[in-house]
Amino acid sequence: MVDATQSPRSVGALLGARRGRGKLHWTDVFTYGYLGFGLFLMFAPVVWLVLSSFKTPAGLQEFPPTFLPLGQITAEVEGYDEPLLLFDVTMEDGTVQQLAQVRRIGIMAQMVDPENPGERLQIPIAAREPVREMRMAWENYRDPLERFNFMRYLWNSVIVTFSATMVTLLINSMAAYGLSIYEFRGRNAIMLFVIGTLMIPITVILVPVYLVVTNLGMINSLWAVILPGAATPTGVFLLRQYMLTIPRDLIEAARMDKASEWQIYWRVVMPLAMPAVAVLAIFSIMWRWNEFLWPLIVLNRSEVYTLQVGLNAFQGELDVQWHYILAMTVVTLIPVVIVFAFLQRFITTGIASSGMK
Amino acid sequence: MPHVDKTPVNTGEMLQNVVAWPIRILFKLLDYPISAIQRLIGIRRMPWLFLLPNLAFFGMFVIVPLFMNFAYSLTGGTELFLRDRPLTGTEQYGFLFDCENYADPVSCREDRFWKGIFNTSVFIFFQVSFMVLFSLITALVLNREIRARGFWRAVFFFPVLLSPVVVALIWKWILLRDGILNAFLISIGLDRILFFVSPEWAMFWAVFVSIWAHMGFYTLILLAGLQAIQPDLYEAAEMDGTSKERVFFRITLPLLWPNMLVVIVLALIKGVQVFDEVYVLTGGGPGTATQFIVQYIYNTAFTNQVQNFGLASAASMVLGVVLFVLTLTQLAATRRRDNG
Repeated sequence: MVDATQSPRSVGALLGARRGRGKLHWTDVFTYGYLGFGLFLMFAPVVWLVLSSFKTPAGLQEFPPTFLPLGQITAEVEGYDEPLLLFDVTMEDGTVQQLAQVRRIGIMAQMVDPENPGERLQIPIAAREPVREMRMAWENYRDPLERFNFMRYLWNSVIVTFSATMVTLLINSMAAYGLSIYEFRGRNAIMLFVIGTLMIPITVILVPVYLVVTNLGMINSLWAVILPGAATPTGVFLLRQYMLTIPRDLIEAARMDKASEWQIYWRVVMPLAMPAVAVLAIFSIMWRWNEFLWPLIVLNRSEVYTLQVGLNAFQGELDVQWHYILAMTVVTLIPVVIVFAFLQRFITTGIASSGMK
Repeated sequence: MPHVDKTPVNTGEMLQNVVAWPIRILFKLLDYPISAIQRLIGIRRMPWLFLLPNLAFFGMFVIVPLFMNFAYSLTGGTELFLRDRPLTGTEQYGFLFDCENYADPVSCREDRFWKGIFNTSVFIFFQVSFMVLFSLITALVLNREIRARGFWRAVFFFPVLLSPVVVALIWKWILLRDGILNAFLISIGLDRILFFVSPEWAMFWAVFVSIWAHMGFYTLILLAGLQAIQPDLYEAAEMDGTSKERVFFRITLPLLWPNMLVVIVLALIKGVQVFDEVYVLTGGGPGTATQFIVQYIYNTAFTNQVQNFGLASAASMVLGVVLFVLTLTQLAATRRRDNG
């Protein structure tokens, strides 16, 4: 190691964080430049969304936009029933005074000094600047949850995500168990068939699946979203690969103890396969929470919308209420952020080791 | 290969316990009927019982629909139920492929279909090439001896988890007429750009947003590939005084190539099916400038005044053939990577 305080070359080593080597290669500079730019490009849009979601409709209209959500300060002035808006006014003599506006007529504004409400002043509107402070418009969050159906959408999304994940875990793990613990004729054919279904994503069979779902009477019910995607080939594959590593002796020992096959499945194999089951659970939660095209097709009534479909319907309306949309986008984002914060390492390991999402 | 050797973190275990007890009771109750079946059919047929639910789902929602899709594509009319639909043979395909000049979408009878194919091709070309390029750069950067690598990896990865609708709305808000990007352009003395009115800009942002959202996933795969390269190779190269550029082109890139191939094919498979983000971001517009093949199918079957299920199914079959070829390529690429 070079002594970082003395050698002039070690500044480069420090910047490049390449311990033990002195020379600063162009790639070291590039690395940190790239990381800094990446941080901005990846995070800034989300930060901007969150900041904007706390702005009032008037605040969102402003151009150029302000960075923080600001609100104009009002003041109670004697003799006026309503609170009046405060402005910093540049007076004719160049001094700046804080005045409250009574009303605006064309390019002139009638203003009063809050300290001395008797006297009214005529001020050109170009000479005043609103006095503002940071103010969070929580009503952007409260109103859609109370007045519109958003609470319903949220609930529907939770139900779909939870039940679909449960069904997926159950039937996928059963299939994986059948394909990994037993030797039987046709096992390889079945495995090939499972992998084969990977080639048929829902985008290729939209119309007939719609017909199947209609035949089952599930259109405009959450079942139409939960069931068609429940049997995932990726899930079977992931769990089977993991279960293949479970020692056969354990299963033989359980059979000696007269355990039924079902008991071996859920008391011996499933607990051992938990790491893989957890990866599949996280994947399934992500898939279902974010699913869009299929729910868009089968859910046509507002009561059954999931969050994603509801959000899309809301942004497509003629009179787009961005203050509500932004707030609800943040609400949709929160569960994902929580999952990510706690399980980040787990998700990335899962993806890196299985190569799927 | 899927092999997960990390045990779940504590939060995961806690969650498990909350969900666990009703499941435990359910499984215990299921034991009685299933053990009875086992006595009835014998242990050798038990795997089929375990496979049954999953295969039933596959059959009902994948295999049967696949054949029905083909059947649909041979019928006409607007009825949903197959028995009510008149058989038209290959008429739908004939209609789709009726073109005077295949290079010019406007000369086709069903020009929206060809516009969709054309747009999707343009999209894939730019999206896949730039996504692979930036994923590679990001993976290389993350593979260096940097501080807080976990944090930086998370920075590039987190958009992968965001829903397409959320991603589209985040960027739509930035790109609007009075959005912050236009405010920035004006502040540095440029003109305001109406991004969703210009076909070129709309396509650019469709590609950009899609890369922004999915890059982290491909970066992870490439990073795993980079970390699997034996460190002694680099040490040997360093002892020989090999230049960094040479090390990259002679060691890193050739050894990473199997992973690159997997990434390229995976990105192609996803790219062909592009719909969600772009649909929310641009709605396919302006006009049909960002309307892709999946949106064509969706519109033809479900949103147009006349629900043309037959035509949509025929277009689906075309998409299916493309995906079939791509997936075979992917399986071959994955096999080559994993078997060395």
